[in-house]
Amino acid sequence: MFAGATDVVPQMRAGRSAPDVLVDLKKIEELVSLKNDNDKWTVGAATPTAHLTEDASFSSEFPGLSEAAGLIGSDQIQNRSSLGGNLCNGSPAADSVPAMVVNDVRAVVAGPSGTRVVDVSDVVTGPGQTVLDADEFIVEFEIDRMPSRSGDAYLRMIPRTEMDIAVVGAGARVTLGEDGSIEQAAIALGAVAPTVVRVPAAEQALIGTTATEDTLAAVAEAASAACNPIDDKRGTVAYRKQVAGVLAKRAVLIAIERAEQRNGAN
Amino acid sequence: MSRTHISAVINGDETEFLTEDGTSLLNALRDEVGLTGAKEGCGTGDCGSCSVLIDDRVTCACLVFAPEADGATIVTVEGLATSGELHPLQQCFLEGAALQCGICTPGFLMAAKALLDRNPDPTETEIRYALAGNLCRCTGYDKIIRAVQEAAREIREK
Repeated sequence: MFAGATDVVPQMRAGRSAPDVLVDLKKIEELVSLKNDNDKWTVGAATPTAHLTEDASFSSEFPGLSEAAGLIGSDQIQNRSSLGGNLCNGSPAADSVPAMVVNDVRAVVAGPSGTRVVDVSDVVTGPGQTVLDADEFIVEFEIDRMPSRSGDAYLRMIPRTEMDIAVVGAGARVTLGEDGSIEQAAIALGAVAPTVVRVPAAEQALIGTTATEDTLAAVAEAASAACNPIDDKRGTVAYRKQVAGVLAKRAVLIAIERAEQRNGAN
Repeated sequence: MSRTHISAVINGDETEFLTEDGTSLLNALRDEVGLTGAKEGCGTGDCGSCSVLIDDRVTCACLVFAPEADGATIVTVEGLATSGELHPLQQCFLEGAALQCGICTPGFLMAAKALLDRNPDPTETEIRYALAGNLCRCTGYDKIIRAVQEAAREIREK
């Protein structure tokens, strides 16, 4: 099953995958759609990521998720790539996944016995591996509306400005209390472990504080400690750990700035 | 393998062709429809030399399965010139020597057209980002960027 096929075709050409049957999901209406009601946004799993980045309302409410989706390849790829494909491909470096995880995005999964809802953070179990059965696919993603005094961010490290795979990716989301201190925090890292990892120790370090330098140093340290990366051509273990700390810290600061600006209703 | 019947509007013409299900749109355009402007460079969506517009969106034809094109509106580089007159992008590429071997040129032209269709007055940075999905091993890109800027100016002044 494919949406934009931007991963499927290269894998078939490289001989890493040889499906007997290919099913194009894009003719199913729910799978290519972007809508919201008072409670949540619903994003069809095969919706091209360009639709997300071009939607001013979605992008102002979830700038981190929109920017993460907008980092997946060129304009040519953006017109095909989707959140469903980026997630189900199972790459540890998928840019949209840390941003979805910090926003508690849920996947609605359809199969022969009906639909079930799975947290995006539980979908991928290892590189190329997901909890989906062979006869299941993701129909859409549900994202609760961003509350006031909340913001998200995603940063990635690549050695160039465009068209590369994350060496490290870091997503963050915070909700501030009325006094400006951090009430809720979520941090997730990509490309530093077999799956995207949450960093509860960094989140705990932030809660109740105003992100002082000491707190941010603790966030960076916890993020580096949460990494279990590989050495490869994109980066060494030591480099990835260090960069994960730096990016986590910076993403938190951007999320806080956005949360401060988001003081009203949607 | 069974052959599938595809109807699409290609460069303004209602077009019908038969294709095998696993064939890429790029190969179908080249081998079944006879439009050889779009080129295969990498075959994996990295180089952009197969860029075409599908329903006004620039896409790598090598990543699209031909049956997906059924009912779509497609523009290839062959559809850029009208009534024997080159599109301003083509004319500016020619005059500015924005090509050497030419393999990447059809893809650059289609990506540049997609950009100018939605943003008639792009900055240099916007042009460079919009063309980031197209690789050229000859020109060093600067002449391509300048040709797109010049074409944008001409189109705006028309």
